[in-house]
Amino acid sequence: MDPFFLEALVNGILLGGVFALPALGLNLVFGVVDVVWLCYAELVMVGMYAVWFLYTQAGWPLWLAFAACLPIIAVFGLLLHLLVVRPLLTSPPINQVLATGGVLFVLQGAATLVFSTEFRSLGVDMPPMEVGEVFVSGTKLAAFCAALLGAGVLWAFLKFTYVGTAIRAIARDREVMPLMGVDPRRIYLIASAVGGALAGLAACLLVVQLDVHPFVGLSFGPITFMICVMGGLGNMLGGFLAAFLMGLIISVGGFWGTTEFSYVIAFAFFIVTMFVRPQGLFAR
Amino acid sequence: MKDYILPAVALAALMALPLLSPPDYVMHVLITMVLTALAGTGWAMMGRYGLVSFGHGAFLGAAAYTMAILWNSIGLTPWIGIPVGVVVAVLMGMLLGYPAFRLRVVGHYFALVTLAAGEIVRILIVAMRDITGGSLGMTPAQAAPGGGFLAMQFDKTGFWWLSLVAWAAGLLAWRLLDRSMSSKALAAISEDEDAAASIGIRVTREKMKVTVISVALAATAGALTAQYRQYLNPESLAGLGISLQIVFGAIAGGMYAPFGPTIGAAITIGLEEGLRIGFGTEFTGAAPLVYGLLLVLFMLFLPRGIAGMFERRAKPAAAKKAVGEATA
Repeated sequence: MDPFFLEALVNGILLGGVFALPALGLNLVFGVVDVVWLCYAELVMVGMYAVWFLYTQAGWPLWLAFAACLPIIAVFGLLLHLLVVRPLLTSPPINQVLATGGVLFVLQGAATLVFSTEFRSLGVDMPPMEVGEVFVSGTKLAAFCAALLGAGVLWAFLKFTYVGTAIRAIARDREVMPLMGVDPRRIYLIASAVGGALAGLAACLLVVQLDVHPFVGLSFGPITFMICVMGGLGNMLGGFLAAFLMGLIISVGGFWGTTEFSYVIAFAFFIVTMFVRPQGLFAR
Repeated sequence: MKDYILPAVALAALMALPLLSPPDYVMHVLITMVLTALAGTGWAMMGRYGLVSFGHGAFLGAAAYTMAILWNSIGLTPWIGIPVGVVVAVLMGMLLGYPAFRLRVVGHYFALVTLAAGEIVRILIVAMRDITGGSLGMTPAQAAPGGGFLAMQFDKTGFWWLSLVAWAAGLLAWRLLDRSMSSKALAAISEDEDAAASIGIRVTREKMKVTVISVALAATAGALTAQYRQYLNPESLAGLGISLQIVFGAIAGGMYAPFGPTIGAAITIGLEEGLRIGFGTEFTGAAPLVYGLLLVLFMLFLPRGIAGMFERRAKPAAAKKAVGEATA
């Protein structure tokens, strides 16, 4: 096989790993709380700034900056839920989406005020590795492994802990769970915090690959939503697989044409999927 | 006919505004407001029936770029270019709308499909950089001396008239729609699509109608805005950012009342200009920050927008009147 094509395939899978985390977080929040966080990519952006600030400005070691990023964004997720989402739980879905859209503007504006529109780079890079005939970026590979690990931890949390079971149950049936003695408000809070932490983890993986600026969320936000919906909103496994599918489409599309062309194909693919299988590609 | 005398007089009075020779800056803000109001009015045509589009920016861009490219490449006057651009945008809207309505993509899904479509248009504009100038944007060619009218490149007064006429046409379309059966049908569809279909409402056709009107208004606003600014770029005429701003304006003003989006445009543009003057350009972040906060606060406390506030006050009075009539 053409080594460049092979490289595009590998890169697609690696890219999918990066998309997978925010898609999982978004899916978790949607599946449990039933609200779409339109500002999810902006939470990731805040996390990227947090890592950048702690590492380059405050002089923290990189691992500590990464470790701090998760709880910081988890707190953002909690605040988002408490201040914006909870009061709107009984409102029409569109009002909820628009309110989180307002938070998107707030975070972009705040980031512009605090950090200006300049592009900030972490300046960390790992040497590329050569596997057979294919060059693989070390940073991307590390990010990919971390994403898989994060997804695995999330899966174990949902599968083997009491809270995780309650989360899965409430995603399945909102009415009955309170009767079983589960406080949905507490579960919503936990899901929001976990969703935030996942955004924080995604931020750690993205900040080593992309420069941070206030509008960086717009570059991967829309695609994250599409991945979520394609996998079936609330369907974690579907979203996870859809992330890799989108990663492959973009990477292979870019191999045949330009990067822009590949995004057009990915978005068009999403639209067609919505027409043909609105319940999601991987819905049972 | 009587119903239209007062609005016509009001419109004429607004059109006479340049006679007072207000400062250029005031005219500039007013023109921007009216064009934003037109885009918001177009969006709210669909929005108020539950068809929430996050991709309306794409239609502004489609019409504006069609017009500018036709002018720059073959010298077609914007007087024809704008209608052509609007037709292009409407066709795009129909191309997306028909399968979406037919296959019943609704709610969150509809919003996300339109979001994807809007992004596609933005990326295509960037990708076709040979003719669109890509992210750097493009400027319509300067008209030859004396050819300003044909090139639709005239002073602020001319644009004020043009924008006002387009805006008034948008409000007229709103009123005509409200008085038609389609409005009732669409209201029924937004309540319960199955029930509406079961009593014989042609769901797809009604949705298509309102989509065409909505897209046409937004596209007109986009083309006129580009022509007024004499500058086009993908960020301000397509994509998620501008689409959300249109939505915000319409929601803040109130999308259920004809003047709601106009009130919203006055607020958003007023806010933007006020913040720019108040904070200066170095605080560019302040405008979206305040915007976003307001959007959240509106959703929390005033989900029907400013116009909704008056509505609530007006309703009890109307109810009383109806009761009074019944007993009299």
